[in-house]
Amino acid sequence: MSLEIRDITKTFGGLVALEDISFDIPSGLIKALIGPNGAGKTTLLNIISGIYPPDKGSVTYRGRPVHGLSPSEIARLGISRTFQHVELFGNMTVLENIMVGRHVRTKAGLIACGLRLPSARKEEAEIRRQSEEVLHYIGLSHRRDEKASSLPIGEERILEIGRALATEPTLLLLDEPASGLNEAETIELSKFIKRLRDERSLTILLVEHDMRLVMDISDEIVVLDFGKMIAEGSPEEIQNNKLVIDAYLGEDDQ
Amino acid sequence: MSVFLQFLFSGLTIGAVYAMVGLGFNIIYNATSIINLAQGEFVVIGGLLMWFFSESLRLPFLLSIVLAITFTGLIGLLMERLTIRPIKKKDLLLMIMITIAVSIVLRGILMFKFGKDPYNYSPFTEGDPINIYGAYIQQQTLWVIGITTLCIILMYLFFNKTMLGKAMKACAVDPTAARIAGINVERMVMISFVMSAMMGAVAGIAVTPITLMEYDRGPMLAVKGFCAAIMGGLGRGRGSVIGGFIIGILESMTAGYIHSGAKDAVALIIMLVILFFRPAGIFGSKTIIDLRRF
Amino acid sequence: MRITNKRIFLVASLIVLIFPFIFDSAYTLSIATFAGINCLSAMGLCILMGYAGQVSLGQAGFYGIGAYVSAILSLNYGFPVVFSTLIGCVVSALAAVLLAIPALRLKGHYLAVATLGFGEIIHVVLNEWGPGGPSGFGDIPKFYLFGYVFNTPLSYYFLIWAVVMTLMAFSLNLINSRFGRALRSMHDSETASSAMGVDVPSLKIKAFVLSAVYAATAGAFYAHYVTYISPSSFSLFQSVLVLMMVVVGGITNLWGAVVGAIMITLLPEALREFKEYDILVYGLILILSLLFFNKGLVPIILERLQKGHRA
Repeated sequence: MSLEIRDITKTFGGLVALEDISFDIPSGLIKALIGPNGAGKTTLLNIISGIYPPDKGSVTYRGRPVHGLSPSEIARLGISRTFQHVELFGNMTVLENIMVGRHVRTKAGLIACGLRLPSARKEEAEIRRQSEEVLHYIGLSHRRDEKASSLPIGEERILEIGRALATEPTLLLLDEPASGLNEAETIELSKFIKRLRDERSLTILLVEHDMRLVMDISDEIVVLDFGKMIAEGSPEEIQNNKLVIDAYLGEDDQ
Repeated sequence: MSVFLQFLFSGLTIGAVYAMVGLGFNIIYNATSIINLAQGEFVVIGGLLMWFFSESLRLPFLLSIVLAITFTGLIGLLMERLTIRPIKKKDLLLMIMITIAVSIVLRGILMFKFGKDPYNYSPFTEGDPINIYGAYIQQQTLWVIGITTLCIILMYLFFNKTMLGKAMKACAVDPTAARIAGINVERMVMISFVMSAMMGAVAGIAVTPITLMEYDRGPMLAVKGFCAAIMGGLGRGRGSVIGGFIIGILESMTAGYIHSGAKDAVALIIMLVILFFRPAGIFGSKTIIDLRRF
Repeated sequence: MRITNKRIFLVASLIVLIFPFIFDSAYTLSIATFAGINCLSAMGLCILMGYAGQVSLGQAGFYGIGAYVSAILSLNYGFPVVFSTLIGCVVSALAAVLLAIPALRLKGHYLAVATLGFGEIIHVVLNEWGPGGPSGFGDIPKFYLFGYVFNTPLSYYFLIWAVVMTLMAFSLNLINSRFGRALRSMHDSETASSAMGVDVPSLKIKAFVLSAVYAATAGAFYAHYVTYISPSSFSLFQSVLVLMMVVVGGITNLWGAVVGAIMITLLPEALREFKEYDILVYGLILILSLLFFNKGLVPIILERLQKGHRA
């Protein structure tokens, strides 16, 4: 079992964002987290990745409790993520963005870097080599030296995933990666995510609104509504679940 | 006892100036989310212009006051028009530096025109100091405190009871929403600068007969006025007024009972303590801090 | 021909070496020396503001700590100047840590004013409790190393610029390394940066300490050059001056800090005619650069050159 979430509750001011959320993510699966806007999906992702702690409950990763740890500590444990509104390092190049992803697995500090000690230089060459590899894997090598902020949205999202990959995660949290993508780009994205699960043995928690993408690639689905879990199961089960249909019909007429 | 009262009143006097500077900060902050580090210069300009009109040009007393306040207000207007409005993207660092730069320019002009000497003119009412329990309080001190209190009340009424005042407050929290609601944001910004400048001028005019005025008093006043504003919670007029008086009194007490040189550090230390432990100020609230654009 | 940091460094080193043989009067050398001292302060602030993205209006405080600590230790306690300078840097670093830990939770205006407050407190402390109070003190030993005393304009010029170029090389290494990338990523997005394993709070403190050490070094070299210091050199105006250097030259570029420092140092000389207007001119230049050369001279020039290169 990769990730275990138990009784997670979170309130902001007077608003209950999440209430008693519990589910597991088995290793090597793609688990989708869906629900209408405001259901609490990003909040849950933020709790798992350490941006803020839950008020109650626990998050256990490979047997270790991780709730309450800082984002950088969680990254070290092998959990990485992308963001709903792309948070690239806009003023840095595409390659440099990926290289920052290597930060968590490297250690040259202030003095070593400033003096360009041999250990730092060796590590830097490794960082560069590994980042180029990731860049090649995600298909953006041709953008290597361009400023990250100049990329179109589809490539931005891929780059963000690439940056997360550079941290050598075992669990990847994707926050609405298809948002802003057209149909062709979404199909490419779904193929790409499946590759991540198959080729890199990644466990993936996917928050998404695009139902075709979700139904296409998810192994299991969890549904949230107004901060509560209303369903969990395989794509077929979820598609036929009355509570889920009601929750979504209440939101829009898709 | 009388010594204590002496210090108390002198603290209230200078505290009144800090309170006014703090109010001035808040007016601009409430309309624009900008902190105007040139705020202190308005006080100096008010005082020096008052000397110019009443002593140098020998104009009647009331006319001089009106002219001094008006001119200072105009300088505030010019500042807004020339250095604030042209900037499209009001990036924090840029705004800080622009206001610092303006304060430098203003100071340069003042130094050029008035030199480095202190200036003075006669108090509003002539007469002997008033004896309160053994402390001799100058009449001008009471003027300062009285005028400050009046301004505070007027500001409170303005921001909370008039449409214009409430409109100005809306602009800082969300200028786009304010615009949609039909508020002319640019005009609000301009008015806030003019009002702020005039408020500073009033403080300068009132306090010069007691403390004199030199061209370079501005930065210290700005820093301490800002301390007052922070203490009270940025954006809260009442808080900054109380903060100003507290700082003034503590300063005076420190100078009197402990060590006169350390008095400048008092305001700074208080400010740092507040910033570090309760940035919302004594009266502010945390969510307001988080909601502000800066 | 591509413009790389290495190439600029070589050209700069060349200029530094040749300069005193063309302009060899004691007067020009002294200006060049002050320019070098200012470069150190400006580089430190540039790393903090341009790369780490933190505002500081209190550089003068660290500058003053470096100057006073080094001067006092070498004058009153007989410490060798090199050691007193180092200790000045250490004290400055400690002050930076003390300031940074609470201050870096603050953002924007609050941080700016907190650093301003810090700088002013140091100024008041120096004014009240520094040797000689507001008048300062003199007879500070000149800089010496292994028995060689740097007491000619030429020798001090080379000393200072050697230090500047060394620190410049260190800084350039830093910026283009894992550490520098972490700083820059923190500037662009703290959230994403920490999600990638960057310990943001600790990095902010390090950036602050770095800028404080640079400023302290500048302060110490200043003290051992002019041999007489007083608190008035370490006031808010000094902090603003350093800020100007970085802004005018280019906040996001280390070379910009150098160019800015040189320009601002030359300013009083250029303004010799207009002695009464000097404060005014400073302010006007600052305003004009902020309004029109928003990114600073060097980045703008570099952009133009690179566009030309590609065409």
